[in-house]
Amino acid sequence: MAIRTIANKALDFDAEGFMTNFKDWDVEIAKTLAAEEGIATLTDRHLTVLNFMRREFETKGDGPSIRRLTKESGVPTKELYELFPGGPAKKAARIAGIKKPHGCI
Amino acid sequence: MKKILILGAGTAGTIMANKLAGALPRDEWQITIVDRDETHHYQPGYLFIPFGIYTPGDIVKPRRDYLPRGIDVVISGLEIIEPDQNRVRLQNGRVLGYDFLIIATGAHPVPGQTEGLLGDEWQRSIFDFYTLEGAAALARRLKHWEGGRLVINIVEMPIKCPVAPLEFAFLADWFFTEQGIRKNVEIEYVTPLPGAFTKPKASALLGDFLDRKNIKLAADFSVGQVDQGGRKIVSWDNREIGYDLLITIPTNMGDEAIARSGFGDELNFVPTDKHTLRSKVKENIFVIGDATDLPASKAGSVAHFEADILFENLLDVIDGREPRAKFDGHANCFIESGFNKGLLIDFNYETEPLPGKFPLPGVGPFSLLEETKMNHYGKMMFRWVYWNLLLRGAKLPIEAEMTMAGKRR
Ligand SMILES: Cc1cc2nc3c(=O)[nH]c(=O)nc-3n(C[C@H](O)[C@H](O)[C@H](O)COP(=O)(O)OP(=O)(O)OC[C@H]3O[C@@H](n4cnc5c(N)ncnc54)[C@H](O)[C@@H]3O)c2cc1C
Repeated sequence: MAIRTIANKALDFDAEGFMTNFKDWDVEIAKTLAAEEGIATLTDRHLTVLNFMRREFETKGDGPSIRRLTKESGVPTKELYELFPGGPAKKAARIAGIKKPHGCI
Repeated sequence: MKKILILGAGTAGTIMANKLAGALPRDEWQITIVDRDETHHYQPGYLFIPFGIYTPGDIVKPRRDYLPRGIDVVISGLEIIEPDQNRVRLQNGRVLGYDFLIIATGAHPVPGQTEGLLGDEWQRSIFDFYTLEGAAALARRLKHWEGGRLVINIVEMPIKCPVAPLEFAFLADWFFTEQGIRKNVEIEYVTPLPGAFTKPKASALLGDFLDRKNIKLAADFSVGQVDQGGRKIVSWDNREIGYDLLITIPTNMGDEAIARSGFGDELNFVPTDKHTLRSKVKENIFVIGDATDLPASKAGSVAHFEADILFENLLDVIDGREPRAKFDGHANCFIESGFNKGLLIDFNYETEPLPGKFPLPGVGPFSLLEETKMNHYGKMMFRWVYWNLLLRGAKLPIEAEMTMAGKRR
């Protein structure tokens, strides 16, 4: 656990850099986290994905798989990888302020 | 008469039929089981077919020989499950009603989910071994293959028996060594996971094994397309890996009838309570084996442990009580590592695979997370255990709930 201050808010992060309380999140925080992931500007398409992830997390308690993202958010897989290079499910989850998805076993 | 209907007479459905038939009075309960065909496959045996260790005859038997007397066996595909009406429509036109439904329809590979996987080169330069036909076709190809780049690729997780692709890599290394052509074969293991396996300790150990056997590992690779002409797989983020022979583990999905019934997830798996095995669809529907969406391995050993839990819970529910038994995600897998040796891993939802002795603490005879000859014998013995004990719902010397006894952190 580590407390960091971003956009004038004190936020709690887990050992892998995921926010522990998704309710603390806002778009300003997302911008900073995106920059840390090498994404310079957050577009509307990014936000479509981030908001979908947050809705999923709120209702299901876990972030969606890439397959679910593609199917439900309307953003094709190819574009997901362009928006969040190197691993959309994990990266987008971190920027969306939700916990690391459990993914697969 | 009250009715229990079981969909799928594979590993899980067969175990449940045997357990229930032995426990419920025949004059009060009618048990019916449905499957689309008459033959039961010992799927763990698919792994050995490409290398000529087993032939198809070794692993295929009539389903009815393993089902209990006094139950109804119906051979038909499923059209749709109608939870509101407590009934299932079959493709042969019959409609079966039930008081309790057990869904045990498993998972199967769907190569059509990946662009370019099927087509002219399917079973020429591209093979799967998760089906009997695929494994048998690959056996014929490997017999005369002279070498080149062999790429083993998991398209997407989850897959059943998540260690089987690694075992395939280890056995391929052994097989080509025996054939005297190992020096002409490059083996590369390409996975969407960040390492050789999902759980950190096992992943590091199995990664070492790949290294020692001179098998290259490409991690974090999610294949988006197969270029049959160019003989390469291309990831969603445009990385490319060339092959001469591609062994694919296609996307694994639940049955289409689950999708038609309108309650499957994006892979047609049934939303299921991970402890009680009751479906989230309706109170009188339960789910077992590969058909569930549980965050547990999809394996025969898991289906076996789940059966103990589901059996208790069904008896509770039949008596009008809440289900009390809780599944802990227990999995127990032998990993064939080639040259007549093997490993064994034992884990659950919370605890990753740890080293130690199994099943008797300190004694074994099996060793956890360690390569031994005894573990290999365990794997080969599993076929006998499967047909003679496991399917019949007999007690095995391993409890459903995982134990920490004999393990070291
Ligand atoms: C290559 C390979 C290696 C493996 N190795 C191991 C191992 O070493 N150890 C281990 O524990 N597990 C292993 N497994 C996994 C194991 O075989 C499965 O996890 C297990 O069989 C799951 O049981 P199940 O009853 O859920 O599904 P299945 O045994 O697949 O049974 C499902 C049944 O439902 C029927 N069905 C499905 N849909 C319909 C429909 N619409 N209409 C009618 N019938 C239908 C099917 O015909 C099938 O008989 C391996 C699997 C593979 C493919």
